[in-house]
Amino acid sequence: MNQTVESSHHPWPAAFVRRLRRILPADGLLQKATEVAAYECDGLPVYRARPRAVALPRTAAEVGQVLALCTEYEVPVVARGAGTGLSGGALPHPEGIVLSLARLNRILALDPDNRTARVEPGVRNLAVSEAARPHGLFYAPDPSSQIACTIGGNVAENAGGVHCLKYGLTTHNILALKFFDPDGTLHDIGGPTGEWPLDLAALLTGSEGLLGVVVEITVRLWPKPPSTVAYLASFRSLEAAAASVSEVVASGLVPAGLELMDGLALSAAQDYTGIPYPEGSAAVVLAEVDGDDLAVALEGERLSAIFTAQGAFTVTQAVSDEDRRRLWLGRKSAFPAVGRLAPDYYCMDGTIPRRSLVPVLTEIAALSRRYELPVANVFHAGDGNLHPLILYDAAIEGQLERVEALGADILRLCLAHGGTISGEHGVGVEKLDGMCAQFTAAELATFHALKSAFDPHHLLNPGKAVPTPARCVEAGGMHVHGGHPPFPHLERF
Amino acid sequence: MKDNDDTTLLAARVREAYEQAAPVEIIGGGTRRALGRAPMGAPLSVAGHTGIVAYDPSEFVVTVRAGTPIAALEEILAREGQVLTVDVPRFGASSTIGGAVAVGLTGPGRPYTGALRDAVLGARLVSGTGEVVRFGGQVLKNVAGFDVSRLMVGAYGTLGLLLDVSLRTARRPEAQAVVRLDQDWPTARAALRRWESALPLTGASYAGGVLHVRLAGLAARVAQARAVVGGEVGDSGVFTDLRDLRGTFFERPGDLWRLMVPPESPWDPEDTVIDWAGAQRFWRVRGDATAVYELAARLRGQAMRLFGADRSMGPWAAPPPAAMALMTRVKAALDPRGILNRGRLYPDW
Repeated sequence: MNQTVESSHHPWPAAFVRRLRRILPADGLLQKATEVAAYECDGLPVYRARPRAVALPRTAAEVGQVLALCTEYEVPVVARGAGTGLSGGALPHPEGIVLSLARLNRILALDPDNRTARVEPGVRNLAVSEAARPHGLFYAPDPSSQIACTIGGNVAENAGGVHCLKYGLTTHNILALKFFDPDGTLHDIGGPTGEWPLDLAALLTGSEGLLGVVVEITVRLWPKPPSTVAYLASFRSLEAAAASVSEVVASGLVPAGLELMDGLALSAAQDYTGIPYPEGSAAVVLAEVDGDDLAVALEGERLSAIFTAQGAFTVTQAVSDEDRRRLWLGRKSAFPAVGRLAPDYYCMDGTIPRRSLVPVLTEIAALSRRYELPVANVFHAGDGNLHPLILYDAAIEGQLERVEALGADILRLCLAHGGTISGEHGVGVEKLDGMCAQFTAAELATFHALKSAFDPHHLLNPGKAVPTPARCVEAGGMHVHGGHPPFPHLERF
Repeated sequence: MKDNDDTTLLAARVREAYEQAAPVEIIGGGTRRALGRAPMGAPLSVAGHTGIVAYDPSEFVVTVRAGTPIAALEEILAREGQVLTVDVPRFGASSTIGGAVAVGLTGPGRPYTGALRDAVLGARLVSGTGEVVRFGGQVLKNVAGFDVSRLMVGAYGTLGLLLDVSLRTARRPEAQAVVRLDQDWPTARAALRRWESALPLTGASYAGGVLHVRLAGLAARVAQARAVVGGEVGDSGVFTDLRDLRGTFFERPGDLWRLMVPPESPWDPEDTVIDWAGAQRFWRVRGDATAVYELAARLRGQAMRLFGADRSMGPWAAPPPAAMALMTRVKAALDPRGILNRGRLYPDW
C-alpha cells in the first residue's frame, strides 16, 4: 500500500524544457529533487511519486501556454492547488509535470450588490469569505481545510463542509467557470444564474482535474445570517444519538450543520481539548441553526424537543461566538485527537441515506468486533456522510491488510444501503477499486468517453478518478501513519 | 397513475434506432414540443413509463419514472405533507417530470429554493447506444464519478433518454402568502436585498409597477414577514402563471425570450416581466434577435429564446466554435450516432 513511484527517466526533449522555461517566470520551473520533493504527495501521503518538474505560472495565459506545450510533447499534467486533498487526486505522474495554480491567487472582482465574487483558482477558500465579510456576505462551502485549500481544488473535488446540508456543495455555489482544455483553448461557461446550453460546469465540478484546468471561478455569495445558535445533545447510547439525527431529518428541519460523535471520539476529544462532555455521554449530536431571530428561536425549540424526545439527557445551547467555538472545538479537533489513540488510523468516507444511520453504525460496531480493530465515528450525520476512523498499528504484521479488508466491508455496507463510496474526499487513486463496485462497465465506459471528449490524449491527471475496466477489486480510505496526519494543523471534519 | 416499468422496451427501441442510425423524438406528455428547435425523428413515447421507484418520506428523496405527470407526483408527495424543493413548470395536465428535467426550466422560486438541477440527485437513463446506465444516487453527497445526472438537466433529451430521476423533497410550508406592493423597480430591488436573509421569501417578481412577493414557511415567520413587508394581499396565481408561462403577458404575440442577468441590472425595455428577484427578465420581442443578444451582452448576461415563430432558431445561440466543438464531442460521447432528439438543441445533433 505504501508506495513511491519512481520515474523511468526517459529524458524530455531539450526543446520542451527550453520552451517551458521561456513561458514561465524565472523562478517558475522546479526540477531539482530537493525542490520537487514537496510536491510528491497531497493530503494522502501514503501514495507518493516524484514529478519530473513543477510549473508555477503566475497568469492564466501562462497556464494555457504550458498546457499547449505539454499537449505538443504529450507530457502528462497534474493540476494542483494547496495539495490538501485526501484521496491522492494530486499525486504526481512520474512522467509528467505538476501544474501548480497556487500563484493564481487574486480575487479579481467582488460584486456585493449581485452577491458574486470572481476569483482565480489559487485563492484560498477562507480568503473569499474574509473578503466578503465587510459586505455582510460569505462563501458557503467550508471544507475543514478551508484556511489552506484553494477554490480551484474545491471545484476539482466538489468540496462540501459542515454547512452543505443547508447551503449546498461547491457545485451549487458556482455560477461561471473559465477553463483551458488540454490544447490550451480557453472556454468561458456559465452566467449570472449558472446556466449554459449543456451544463459542462456540472461535469467539471468534481472531475478531479481530468477534464480541464480551471483558471477563473465566479462564485455565489450568501448574506450572513443575523443569528446563529449551536446545540450539543448528549445521549446514553450511540443508537439513540443516531436515531435522533434520523428524526431531525424526518421532521423536515434543515439545520445549518448536524454532526455526530461516538464515545471513542468523545473521550479522545475530551483528553485533547480538556473540555469535558457531560458525564455519561455515549454519543453526542452537534447542531447549528441560523437565520433571523425568530427562525432561530422556532427551529431551535423544535430541535431541542426532538433531542429530548429521543432520549438526550442534556441539551446545551451556545449563542455567543466564544461559547459556540468551545462547543465545536472537540468536533473540529476530533481527527488529531483520535490520532493519538493508536499509532495509525484509516479514515473512511462514504455516504448513506439518513434513515440507515442506526443499522449501519450497528453493523460497523459488529465489524469492528469481528476484525478486532477499534473504530471511532465522527461525521456529518445530517447528510449521511460517514467518516469511520479505524485505529491500528502498521508495525504489527498483517494488521494493515485487516484494516483494508474492514474498510472494504464498510464501503460495501454503504453501497448495500443505497449509498456511495465517496461523499466528499473524492476517488483520486485511493478509491479506484471502489468505483468498480459502484458502477457497471457501461457506466465506467461513459466516464471514459466523457474524459476523451475533453482530453482526447488523456494528458490531464491520467489514471485518477475512473478505473480502467480491467481493474476491479474493492478498497478505500485515508491512511495516517505514525500518528502524523497530513496537515496536522488543520481542523479535520 | 399506473405503476409501469418500460425500461426494457425503451432500451430496446433506442438500441434499434442506434443500429439503424435512425433518429427518435423522445416524447413525454407532449406539452413542451414547442420549446427548442423543431423535433425530428420517429416519436418514442415515455408517457407509459410511470410510477414511483422509491420514496421514503423521512429521507426527503423521491425516485420517480420519467413519464410520471408532475401533478401525479405532487399528489403522492402531498399525502406525506411534502413538496418538491423546487418550482417545476408544467404546460398542461400531462406534463411529465422527465420533460421538465430535460428542458431544465425552473419557476419563480429559483433564487430562494434553488434550480431544478440542484434538486436532481441522480438519474437512470438509456444512452444513445441503448444501454441502461445510472449516475448519481439517492444520497445528498456523492462525488464518485462525473456528475452526468446534472448534465441531463436542460439538455433537451439530446444526451440520453431519461428513465427515472431522484429528486429532493421538502416539508410543505405551514403557511404561504402573496403580497403586492406598488413601487418602482429600484425601490423594489433594494427591499428584496434587505429581506433576503431575514424573511422566508420564495418568490419575487415585478411587472407594470407592481412587486409581488411570495412568503412561505412556518406560520409565525410568515405572519411576521407580512408585517415587515407591508403592502396588500396579492393574487397567488401570479406565481403559478409565471412558473407555467401562462397569462396575458405570455399569451401575447411575438417571440418570448428570457434574459439571465445580474439581478441589480437596470431595466428599461417595455413589454417585460422581471422574475427571480431581478435575475430573470422575460421579454417579448418581434422580429430580429440582434437587439436581445446585444442587451444581454451589455448586461453581462445571457439570452434564451423560449417560444417563437422561427423554429430553426434554438433556445441558445451557438457558443464560440471551440466550445461548440467540445459540446459536440460531449454529445458524441453519450449519443455517438446522434439519434436522440436530433436537431432539438442545435442543427445536426
